[in-house]
Amino acid sequence: MKRYLIQRIGYMIITLFIIVTATFFLMQMLPGTPFTNPEKLTAGQMAVLNAKYGLDQPVGIQYLRYIGNLVQGDLGYSFQHEGRTVESMISSRIGPSAFIGLQALIIGAIVGMGLGIISALKHNSLFDYGSVALAVLGMSIPSFVFAALLQYYIGVKLGWLPVALWEGYSSTLLPSIALSVTVTATVARFIRSEMLEVIGQDYVITARAKGMTEQQVVLKHVIRNALIPVVTMLGPLAVSIMTGTLVIEKIFSVPGLGEQFTLSILVLDYSVIMGITIFYSALFIFVVFVVDIIYGFLDPRINYKGESA
Amino acid sequence: MTELDAKMPHRKGNETQSEYTPDGIPADLFVKSPLDQSKSEEIGTPSQSFWKEAFHRLAKNKGAMISLVLLVFLIILALIGPSMNEFTYREQNLAHSNLPPKVEGMEWLGFNGLNAQGSDVYAERQVETNYWFGTDEFGRDLWTRVWTGTQISLFIAVVAAALDLIIGVIYGGISSFYGGRVDNFMQRIIEVLMGIPNLIVIILFILVLEPGVRSIILAMVITGWVGMARVVRGQILQLKGQEFVLASRTLGASNGRLITKHLLPNVMGPIIVTVMFTIPTAIFFEAFLSFIGLGLQAPLASLGVLIEDGYKSMRYFPYKLIYPALVISTIMICFNMLGDGLRDALDPKMRK
Repeated sequence: MKRYLIQRIGYMIITLFIIVTATFFLMQMLPGTPFTNPEKLTAGQMAVLNAKYGLDQPVGIQYLRYIGNLVQGDLGYSFQHEGRTVESMISSRIGPSAFIGLQALIIGAIVGMGLGIISALKHNSLFDYGSVALAVLGMSIPSFVFAALLQYYIGVKLGWLPVALWEGYSSTLLPSIALSVTVTATVARFIRSEMLEVIGQDYVITARAKGMTEQQVVLKHVIRNALIPVVTMLGPLAVSIMTGTLVIEKIFSVPGLGEQFTLSILVLDYSVIMGITIFYSALFIFVVFVVDIIYGFLDPRINYKGESA
Repeated sequence: MTELDAKMPHRKGNETQSEYTPDGIPADLFVKSPLDQSKSEEIGTPSQSFWKEAFHRLAKNKGAMISLVLLVFLIILALIGPSMNEFTYREQNLAHSNLPPKVEGMEWLGFNGLNAQGSDVYAERQVETNYWFGTDEFGRDLWTRVWTGTQISLFIAVVAAALDLIIGVIYGGISSFYGGRVDNFMQRIIEVLMGIPNLIVIILFILVLEPGVRSIILAMVITGWVGMARVVRGQILQLKGQEFVLASRTLGASNGRLITKHLLPNVMGPIIVTVMFTIPTAIFFEAFLSFIGLGLQAPLASLGVLIEDGYKSMRYFPYKLIYPALVISTIMICFNMLGDGLRDALDPKMRK
């Protein structure tokens, strides 16, 4: 276990390093300057600005300095918002994103688990077919298409919930629901197939044979064992939620990290793009790591000894 | 059995008598049929190849077959749709801007030429021609644009999936076939690449490259092939140790022959399934990029571009959003259902 942990952490560091390096050099290749209206600036003013942000140094020096600052948690200054550090921009924006993301995860997990469990218990019933069809729809329809339609029908036509306003709890509902659709569908489908597999296992037959009531069998043996593999879905689901926030925050005007990212892309705010990219990647790598560890604790059949691939 | 029971009502009473077989037939009536050794090896029904069998299984899956038919229909529409009327996807006609959809004889389905306020715009502005899906703010025909956009979206997805396939099969094949140090090294690279969230990489690459069809495909392939490589590697590693490979090797088959004649055909199933799921993912990424403003440049249209345009004006002209959204959703659903069906048909063990 210890060896496995060290190996995994090593990989995490290498992966992050490659992402940082690739991001840095890709940003160097971008066309244009990071300053607004560069054509209005004289050569002298440009030189002053370049010196101020360290852009007059050779690329290698800039790279080393960036890495050095990054290790200390310093992501540099925004090129578009004067005097604002990238860290402060990220930390001021993380709240709304985390809130709607977690809320979507909770909604999706609860609804998805409910749908999946009921349709597995009532296998081949009308409810089962309905929820399978819903799951296919939820997994196939792109989240931003769904979000746009949700905004049009519930927000504009029916006027039940605020459309694009960040004020009060009710405004978090539509974006969370739009984000949770993929989660719901994935969880429902996954739990259903896991449950169907577990129901056929020998230990379930044993439990029935020794006279447990149906309720006890389902609660103690079937659901418990079917839930373990669902933990592995958390990694990919967290990624899909993070991807989703990029567009869904744009659609519902949520002042979150995703909206900042799309805004920064449009105005070519290099340092912010780099900062958010690295932040997202680190978060992603960390979530997958944590999920793997949790899974190992939950399922005693998994051992990490001698596992390398 | 039941027939026999009915014919011999006395069967139960005579069970203990030794001249009856357990089936209740008198032993002296029982003549053994000659056992012909050569006949026992005969196969009764014509043998079914793996692909035939898989096709039969797929044909039984209603969802998959409906999806297949719908997909073929959509592809045909994408190909001939733009030439079904006189407009082109880039031709602007400002006098005919923002016209709602109107189709002669299909008014009851909402193709009535009425705007959100319920007035007939066609009559008000004295427009003679009918625009089936309406027009956008520059008076471009949306029917033509939707199907041209479908063409481009499908093209991007298919080319990206094909490139993923080629790179993935070669990489995964080499890695697993040669094994040992080569495999170890190639797997380390994959492990690092797997850790990178691919959407972020795609966005970065699009920012650097010139926006356009080629760079979207390139950006998607840069990370997309990893999944295919892993599938191929896993399958070949399993197959490599099996007897038929050993037999072929013993008979002196070269590595090339082993790979092309024995290993690849046996990996085809999982490869096809993976491609089937790559295509909708690619369509999604393309639309996603267009939606955050990193997609194709005007006047080109893809489904993502059209959805983005439609989204901006959905409050007053919802039809601009609905048709491209409907087309992309249908395509995604069909590909996913067909992929599920193919997975069940090609590998019943993988059924989930």
